[in-house]
Amino acid sequence: MAIDFELTRNAQVARAHYRDMASAHMRPFSREYDDREHELPTPWVDWFWKHGRGGAPDTDLSQPGDGMVQVCVQAEELCWGDAGLYLRIPSAALGGSAVAAAGTPAQKERFLSAFRGDGPPVWGAMAITEPQAGSDSAAIQTTAVRDGDEYVLDGTKIFCTSGEGASQHEGGFVVVWATVDKSAGRGGIKAFVVPAKTPGMRLVGTEKKLGIRASDTATLVLEKCRVPAANLLGSATVKKDDAKQTGDKGFKGAMATFDASRPIVAAMAVGVGRASLDFLREELTRNGVKIRYDAPAAALGAVERDVIDMEAELQAARLLTWRAAALISRGRPNNLEASMAKAKAGLVVTRITQKAVELLGPAGYSKKLLVEKWMRDAKINDIYEGTQQINQLIVARRILEYSSSVLR
Amino acid sequence: MIDFDPSEEQQLIVETVRQFARNEVRPRARECDEAAKLPAELLHEAHALGLVASGIDERFGGGGERSALTGALVAEELAWGDLSIAAAILSPSLESVPVSDLASDAQKQLWLPGLVGERFRPGALALVEPHYGADPLTPHTRARRDGAGYRLDGEKCLVPWVEGGDHVLVSATGDTGPQLFRVARQAMGLRATPARYMGIQALPTVELSLQAVRVAADDALPPARDGLASVVQRGRVAQGAMAIGVARAAYEVARDYAKERRAFGAPIATKQAIAFKLADMAIEIDAARLLVWEAAWHLDTARDAARAVFLAHRQAQKVALEVSDAAVQVLGGHGYTREYLPELCLRNARGFACFEGLSLV
Repeated sequence: MAIDFELTRNAQVARAHYRDMASAHMRPFSREYDDREHELPTPWVDWFWKHGRGGAPDTDLSQPGDGMVQVCVQAEELCWGDAGLYLRIPSAALGGSAVAAAGTPAQKERFLSAFRGDGPPVWGAMAITEPQAGSDSAAIQTTAVRDGDEYVLDGTKIFCTSGEGASQHEGGFVVVWATVDKSAGRGGIKAFVVPAKTPGMRLVGTEKKLGIRASDTATLVLEKCRVPAANLLGSATVKKDDAKQTGDKGFKGAMATFDASRPIVAAMAVGVGRASLDFLREELTRNGVKIRYDAPAAALGAVERDVIDMEAELQAARLLTWRAAALISRGRPNNLEASMAKAKAGLVVTRITQKAVELLGPAGYSKKLLVEKWMRDAKINDIYEGTQQINQLIVARRILEYSSSVLR
Repeated sequence: MIDFDPSEEQQLIVETVRQFARNEVRPRARECDEAAKLPAELLHEAHALGLVASGIDERFGGGGERSALTGALVAEELAWGDLSIAAAILSPSLESVPVSDLASDAQKQLWLPGLVGERFRPGALALVEPHYGADPLTPHTRARRDGAGYRLDGEKCLVPWVEGGDHVLVSATGDTGPQLFRVARQAMGLRATPARYMGIQALPTVELSLQAVRVAADDALPPARDGLASVVQRGRVAQGAMAIGVARAAYEVARDYAKERRAFGAPIATKQAIAFKLADMAIEIDAARLLVWEAAWHLDTARDAARAVFLAHRQAQKVALEVSDAAVQVLGGHGYTREYLPELCLRNARGFACFEGLSLV
């Protein structure tokens, strides 16, 4: 292999395809479903379910794609369209990643086939966070007790993206993380697939948020919620708490899911940041402000400097993201690189979108445009899938070769 | 296909240069800076590695493997060892790259073989001018027609002037725009005054005053559209890569120090205030490196590189300064002393704001 910054032809085709989709089918609904928080964006959902699945039609299957990088390109384009609507896409989402990563062939067939079928739209979700356990996900309190051929789940899950879709629409499912043995610490944490409408799983509300308002963020309560033992993902064996344990799909499995999802979240962030930056540049051009890429530093205007720095930072975040993704495609560990990308991208787009509002003045602040919305949408990228600080912590442990007990 | 792995051949080159930087360059960094003197014998040793010669056309005795990316990889490793020594080792590129890109075949035949000989022969390039807001693309130094040749007038500064070189390429604005001229160091009307700067102290540099310096027509590189712009870009990619090398050097010292240094009963690296700073340093270094690689890749694939180079160069110099400063901070009072490397990195890093043509890829 050799260093290469050009997407494959197929990835370029995909990028153009998703860019068109974002312009034609997402942007027109951006404002509407930001205002109508908690409402299902039916026109978008139905359109996507009918026409949006299945990738770019012009893809040449005999030629290579860019693997995980291409997934990131898709996420960037669609979040350039609208991050909230992207998150509301009917798909198995993170729940699907967990099933795909840790499930048996039979489990994959059972839980994922509805997402390929011709029935009504379905959603998947992942439920880890609890009121008292956010970044410290090893501290979750939800319990799973074996009872014959079933597990009985009890607990409360919050900040569950697409939790409403996944729990209320037939065919969907929520992957719930629960402990089968609190004394075993992380080793006791297991993942269970809870199908939509399972008795005992109750939707108690959705969050009112700063941004990504088209995305439902649910609170789910599990009360004597019974699932078949066959819905456990990975091994039932409990290994006592040991950070070095291998082959276990419990807590380690959840963390491995993050290594795969963080580059995608970073790419989503880059998409929102680019939306802001693209718009800002168009506005500047309309107003006769030219950005010079060959002027000496002393001659650059303040706005030019801002825009140039925004461009450099955004591209830096994108390249870190693609690097983390390319490692996945090659089957190599990417824990460090994924956290680097996520930490950088979340911060960068937070700053870029805030700066765009500032530079555009009242127009940027106004709800007539989407610039203010992008600023609100961008911030979540600095928080979910591991806050910036959690990712800094992971990076720090890696570069210092410290375990989680030494660098806490 | 998107890929961030250097080729096997590049990995071999990097490994060789890294070892050389670790074993030969770094151990001399401090004493050379203190003495404001280059290790002459080391430059000859480095010359044997053929780092610049490999990029020169085979017709003129080189290796014929020109690659800005490989150049960037090499520049980072050497600058990790020491920026002054790196610039000196790579200084023949200051002549070989513009000549390869812009000169006539006859000129190449005449000038390039001297750079691939047994003996190390440094190059020199005068792009920087001392006036406020100087723009390397529009030199104030003038080239006026004078009979069959030219007459140059103007001022330059920050010109690398490694001992043993006999010429310097000078940028000047002529009738058709900016152009490069090959001027003998001994030319009449050329006065070279040794200069001292905050950093790169081991690298001999001069300020040049040109007063009616006569240059033969044969010593003028043909004016090419965007010729000087491309030279400046190749310099900025090299400097971007060197900035990453400087940043990495400072970061590694800070990281290792933080694991050794104990305060309140534990290594300071176990405190988040320090650990997070180190994490940010590592992230910024990696991110800026990818920007520099992308800019180099633009040059290698003959794309319009202007924007990518501009962004990468700005970002890399910003990161070099921030990381070096953070490294000094992590070491606290020790960071401020000349016993540790970060203070040297900090002085060197600030220079990237004004270096042009310190080295070329």
